[in-house]
Amino acid sequence: MTEHVAIVGAGTGGTVLANDLADRLEREIDAGDVQVTLYNDDPDHVYKPVWLYVPFGLREPEDGRRALSELVDDRIDLRIDRITEIDTDAKELRTRDGAEPVQYDHLVLATGSTLDPEIVPGLAEAGHNFYSEDGAEALREDLLAFEEGRVVLSVVGTPHMCPAAPLEFAFMVDDWFRERGMRDDVEVVYTYPIQRVHGNPHIAEWAEPIMHERDIEVQTFTNAEEIDPDAQAIETMEGDSIDYDLLVTIPPHAGVDLISEAGLGDSGWVDVDQHTLEATDADDVYALGDTADTGVPKAGSVAHYQAGVVAQRIASDVRGRPATATYDGKTLCFIETGMDEASFVEFDYENPPSPAPPSTALHWSKLSYNESYWLTARGLL
Amino acid sequence: MPATDIDPAKTVDSRGASCPGPLMDLIGAIRGLDSGAIVRLLSDNEQSLTDVPEWAEESGNEVLEIEETEDHYALYVQKA
Repeated sequence: MTEHVAIVGAGTGGTVLANDLADRLEREIDAGDVQVTLYNDDPDHVYKPVWLYVPFGLREPEDGRRALSELVDDRIDLRIDRITEIDTDAKELRTRDGAEPVQYDHLVLATGSTLDPEIVPGLAEAGHNFYSEDGAEALREDLLAFEEGRVVLSVVGTPHMCPAAPLEFAFMVDDWFRERGMRDDVEVVYTYPIQRVHGNPHIAEWAEPIMHERDIEVQTFTNAEEIDPDAQAIETMEGDSIDYDLLVTIPPHAGVDLISEAGLGDSGWVDVDQHTLEATDADDVYALGDTADTGVPKAGSVAHYQAGVVAQRIASDVRGRPATATYDGKTLCFIETGMDEASFVEFDYENPPSPAPPSTALHWSKLSYNESYWLTARGLL
Repeated sequence: MPATDIDPAKTVDSRGASCPGPLMDLIGAIRGLDSGAIVRLLSDNEQSLTDVPEWAEESGNEVLEIEETEDHYALYVQKA
């Protein structure tokens, strides 16, 4: 009897996991004792951190795309298909293209985040974003042509992918206009939903003085009620009106409906044990990356580390051994602090972040990692 | 069982969420409600005891009551 591991979603978490299992369970897969199937509805793997650089004309969306068939080990059964239904009692999946349900023994949900701008009236029409390929390209058109006025970066909802990215964009856009001698003609405004500039208090404490030094106007406790594209204004739940000439937003995020419909958690995020990453409401189901509701950032490094933990746990289970690997909350992030400098943070459930002093070396480390990311996706780094 | 007779239009269970999760869950819930409606926020994060009243004051909403149980808080917030 072949034991079936089904992975839904081939972003960072799903792809790293598939390649890890191909290596770890090589013997069992080759013997036909284990089958690993990776489902994704896009034939490409998408590396989203590239999008931050697109509006500045530094990268192209296609720099963040590679065919999954080139990245995923041949031992993995790669299916370009969409899972439409999960039945955790019967342990089966329905797919868009398949007539029969697919049985699984182990299910891993790595379905990631989607953007949900419709929650805020006017946001989809008025607000640019760099959280999608199309969004980043449209923003590039307006940002490259922008010569004077008020650029507002507004974080509309949390949690969102890459919590450092709004800070990075604000720091980069400030430096970008400064380097081009245009900063006196451009106001930069940063808004955040809670009482500080970032969800993590240690990062907020580090970032806010830099914003003040750089003359980036900060508005906290700012939650968009609606955006008025004609008046070019954000009307907030706190009763303020914030004018903009160019609005860049971090739109609200949600997971996929599939998760909620399967009763595994709200808003598309799976309720999990934050150490084992096992779903709390079903047996033999794991979630990782953005999909797992652990409270840690929705970041690629998190998905990467969690994939290693899930791979070890599934391999232990397949071999009839107790699964002992656990996730400790490990998160790594580079934070661009301008066009030529970056900081770096590393933290986990127990140890808070302490941002490193910004340096050119860290900026180049970030860019170097972005280039070598494809080795991570292949399971090599 | 709630110890209060306040009748919430919506209950948001943010127990287990780290900061600022409970406050963001509350803001998300308030967003979709009519004026006067009440949200009951369940949180086991002590930070909610300061986060939520601070945001309520900033936004003009009102914290009607905070219940403390053995392992969590229930905060009742009325939309302005």
